[in-house]
Amino acid sequence: MHESTIVNLSLFILFLPLLGFVITLLLGRKVKSIYIFENSIIILSFFSSVYLLYSKLTNFRTTKITAEIEWFSFKNFITETNLSVNLGFMIDNITAIMLFVVALISMLVHLYSIEYMKGDERYNRYFAYLGIFTFSMNGIVLTNNILMMYIFWELVGLSSYLLIGFWFEKKSAADASKKAFIVNRIGDLGMFAGILILFFIYNTFTFDKIFASINSGVLPFNSDFWLTITGILLFCGAIGKSAQFPLHVWLPDAMEGPTPVSALIHAATMVAAGVYLVVRIFGLLTADAMLFIGVVGMISAFIPATIALTQNDIKKVLAYSTVSQLGYMIMALGVGAYQFAFFHLVTHAFFKAALFLGSGSVIHAMHHEQDIRNMGGLKKKMPLTYWTFVISSLAISGIPLTSGFLSKDGIIASTLAFGNLTGHILFPIFSLIVAFLTAFYMFRLVILTFHGEPRNHHKFEHAHESPFLMVMPLILLAGLSIFIWYSPNPINSEQGWVLSKWIEKPVLFTPQNSRYDFMKTDYNKGISVEHSYLESDTYKEAMHKAHYPAMILSEVAAILGILFAFLLYHWKKVNTDLLADRLRFLYNFSLNKWYFDELYQKTFVSFTIGLSKFLAWFDAKIIDGIVNASALITKEFSFFIGNFDKYVIDGIVNFTAYFNGFAGLLVRRIQTGKVQSYLALVIFSIVILLFIFK
Amino acid sequence: MTVGLTHFLVVSSLLFSMGLYAIITRKNAILVLMGVELILNSANINFVAFSRFGNFGYSGHLVALFVIVLAAAEAAIALAIVLNIYKNLSTVNVDEIDNLRD
Repeated sequence: MHESTIVNLSLFILFLPLLGFVITLLLGRKVKSIYIFENSIIILSFFSSVYLLYSKLTNFRTTKITAEIEWFSFKNFITETNLSVNLGFMIDNITAIMLFVVALISMLVHLYSIEYMKGDERYNRYFAYLGIFTFSMNGIVLTNNILMMYIFWELVGLSSYLLIGFWFEKKSAADASKKAFIVNRIGDLGMFAGILILFFIYNTFTFDKIFASINSGVLPFNSDFWLTITGILLFCGAIGKSAQFPLHVWLPDAMEGPTPVSALIHAATMVAAGVYLVVRIFGLLTADAMLFIGVVGMISAFIPATIALTQNDIKKVLAYSTVSQLGYMIMALGVGAYQFAFFHLVTHAFFKAALFLGSGSVIHAMHHEQDIRNMGGLKKKMPLTYWTFVISSLAISGIPLTSGFLSKDGIIASTLAFGNLTGHILFPIFSLIVAFLTAFYMFRLVILTFHGEPRNHHKFEHAHESPFLMVMPLILLAGLSIFIWYSPNPINSEQGWVLSKWIEKPVLFTPQNSRYDFMKTDYNKGISVEHSYLESDTYKEAMHKAHYPAMILSEVAAILGILFAFLLYHWKKVNTDLLADRLRFLYNFSLNKWYFDELYQKTFVSFTIGLSKFLAWFDAKIIDGIVNASALITKEFSFFIGNFDKYVIDGIVNFTAYFNGFAGLLVRRIQTGKVQSYLALVIFSIVILLFIFK
Repeated sequence: MTVGLTHFLVVSSLLFSMGLYAIITRKNAILVLMGVELILNSANINFVAFSRFGNFGYSGHLVALFVIVLAAAEAAIALAIVLNIYKNLSTVNVDEIDNLRD
């Protein structure tokens, strides 16, 4: 097998969903069953990505496959050099795994949607949108340069917009889609600025070339500070797309879209693109940039976790939990736990997709009821949904034997090791608090939805287990939340093949003095994946020391959380209403999402509206005034010129004509036609002339 | 009293004036032509007088002879023109022949 086979295969995987999108969109109205075509395309692309993952991990495990073509180039006529902009692929193990994750979840969501969306009037268009989403996501994953990533980045933004606003007849859905798009644009603005800086300095968009230049000591504006700024600006894109604080407000609103879309885009794949971006640009992050990223991640992990405690909409709880888990991954990247961050991305994609699809199954069964206060007791009616939901909840809480434990425990251990090495002890503290909160709100959700007595008997009577196509993805995804796929040892992920063999170790290219101490490269060993800082003795020792304490602490936190949830909601040892009353202030604060929407409404939104109004006024009065004034002046001047022409110039012309006419009238009398009179005149004239010239 | 150049010139200018008067005032085209003959003859008198009193040899006499010949030719043509005018316009009154005005 040759490298080009992999490249061709990835081209195939990339463009198949685009084909599906085009055909489904064009024929959607005419051919009612065209969705079958889209589904078969996705299944085909899934099997291709499985094959790609298999051959990448077996034949090319340590090679990075790149392919590049020139897109266009600028010629500099002074230096006679060409500045070319390339399109290209870079396929390493991370790419292959990510492609597999996207293809798998996309396929499951497609199949799930066949049942879930049945009867929708825009059924085929829905599948077309899923197709373009899959295409754009594959583009982000495969690219080797930041320009192409930006293009596909915006394309996923577009497909997210289209799918959130899929039921655009609902005002809330239309508003949510706009909000998502605009908030994302704010983040993308920063990313765009970062891309501009990179292109300005390095004249290339390709990651590898940029990294090589940084490694050889070329820095933006010759300072570490600007490298930090560039990293943070690029990270702004991730803040928007991965719904990190302070731009996290769009993701909960995005739940207005169909539930399978929430599972695919707003839980498993698109929002993970931000994390993927940070993974890709990891090599150029300085210690300051990493600290910034870590703090943003920490805040984004904590705030949504507190909000999720009191939400009553089943999807809102999951949405906040998504933001929180994404914050976890971002924080992990900030503390240098590169592998665990990506590992958590993968495991989270599976169990969060399972949770969302499970909630979709519940919503479907309850006839579009999303309020958990009207649920309860569904365990008996929907056993398969219940058990998959529980397994996924255990995974997200980080209970041993699940995939979530492996990745989450790794992150907590890394924050602990990082705290030990650098003294930033807030990271482990907050990661443990969030672990506790996560376990608590997830099991609150499980208990309120599935346990106890049904609180809405009418809807409960009609509830039923979902059809096969909806349950099958749940079972598959819940199955993927078991540890065995990732590591043979359920409590130590480092021994597993995912971490030790599959996910590459990070390599830093930043100047030595702008890194954390423990990340400094041993010059004797040089820069390579084998000699990443993860392999350094200091880091290994710190991780080793942190391993057991982290495991114990995270387990205590998770089990405490689950226990509290059972105490409060299952055994009802504490009256929750009374508790809410006692902590009225905190409760309201959490219920109203820390008043972020109100804050933004009061500040940014009203400021923008005020600015727009002022600008409109400025346009209407000042600019239009100037334009109108100049028009008026021109008009008056034209009138003047016109009158001048009419009276002065035309007057002169007419006067000449009239004068000539008048003179003619006078002179014409002489011309009698009689020769004798002419002769008389001649003689008369001669006489006069003789007198004059005598 | 000897007859000098002055006397000839006086006769000549009287003849010229009478010719001119005839040309300007007569209405009949034939009479106008007769005026022209008078003027030509006044010129002839001048030529001959200058030739006789000036130091020019006989060239003046010769020119006078030429003028007489020319006058004959001119009279022939002019009378033919008048005849044609009469044929076309049925008049020889020069006041009525004002087609040139237009």
